[in-house]
Amino acid sequence: MSVLMAPPRLTVPVSERDHVVGPQTAPVTIVEYGDYECPFCGAAHPVVKALQKALGDNLRFAYRHFPLSQIHPHSFQAAEAAEAAGAQDRFWQMHDMIFEHQNRLGTQDLLAYASAVGVELEPFAEDLAEHRHAPRVREDFLSGVRSGVNGTPTFFVNGVRHDGGYDLESLLGAVRQHM
Amino acid sequence: MADYPDRALEAGTPAPDFQLKATPDQWVGLEDFRRKALIMAFYPADWSPVCTDQMSLYNEVLPMFHEYGAEIVGISVDSAWCHAAFAQHRKLHFPLLADFEPKGEVAKRYGAYEYEEGVARRALFVLDAEGVIRWSYVSPMGVNPGAEGILAALEQMQEQPVGASR
Repeated sequence: MSVLMAPPRLTVPVSERDHVVGPQTAPVTIVEYGDYECPFCGAAHPVVKALQKALGDNLRFAYRHFPLSQIHPHSFQAAEAAEAAGAQDRFWQMHDMIFEHQNRLGTQDLLAYASAVGVELEPFAEDLAEHRHAPRVREDFLSGVRSGVNGTPTFFVNGVRHDGGYDLESLLGAVRQHM
Repeated sequence: MADYPDRALEAGTPAPDFQLKATPDQWVGLEDFRRKALIMAFYPADWSPVCTDQMSLYNEVLPMFHEYGAEIVGISVDSAWCHAAFAQHRKLHFPLLADFEPKGEVAKRYGAYEYEEGVARRALFVLDAEGVIRWSYVSPMGVNPGAEGILAALEQMQEQPVGASR
């Protein structure tokens, strides 16, 4: 039997490729690996918002895709859609829209959400049809697997996997250890 | 009681042979995976919560396992019928083997049985093409061990293929 592994660490550090909210100089960086169709991620979404509100400029938050596409048939395309909106500088607006409408993630729904957040539809639809952002989504997934993401949501606090709960109390507790 | 190892078999040990049902009418054994690397993932039970389910994760990582020329099987004490329903529900694309009768016999031979609970432990074994265990790991019962350890082991095996040490 091999030696018990140390708590998994993020293998791909947060960089310019990531979607990030908060200052680079923030003392705490949280990375979430999530799946847009996962109900637990949906439940964690308002918690992240509350965390951002509570911590303000002390927190930098990044989101990466970890779609379990076999059990969540819409999750991969939803991730592509967030990226396609991101190509038009609307990643976070689309991200919120998708999490707030988790139960309706068909192609037509995604187009409607894109339109609602001010995304230009023609290039957006083309991106989806051509799967232009699929490699990026797979890249996120792979970096998650190699970092010890075993399910969703998984949070890393300053590069260390957070193995506790993802209610506000638990996450704040983990954050305080880094401040 | 038969002579079972009291802890998971370690790297360098020839993997014990087995014959288990992969479907209600199909048997599978170690022989069926010769010439390939094989990942044996013992787990306690079908139907654990979905978003953190170990088998669902392996289902997503399956193409990466294949890139290393490896196959994977899941093994629990659930029956072939239970496995069939579980695999269909989760759309699993790899076999689940039923260590059902005598219950847990194969898990016991690999040192991967939890006697108090009467289920397999979360034990992972990576076998090379000659059926020798090259890596093993046991995760605490409630903790999904993930895929990283398996991928690291497969990577290492690619650098040191079978026979290189002879």
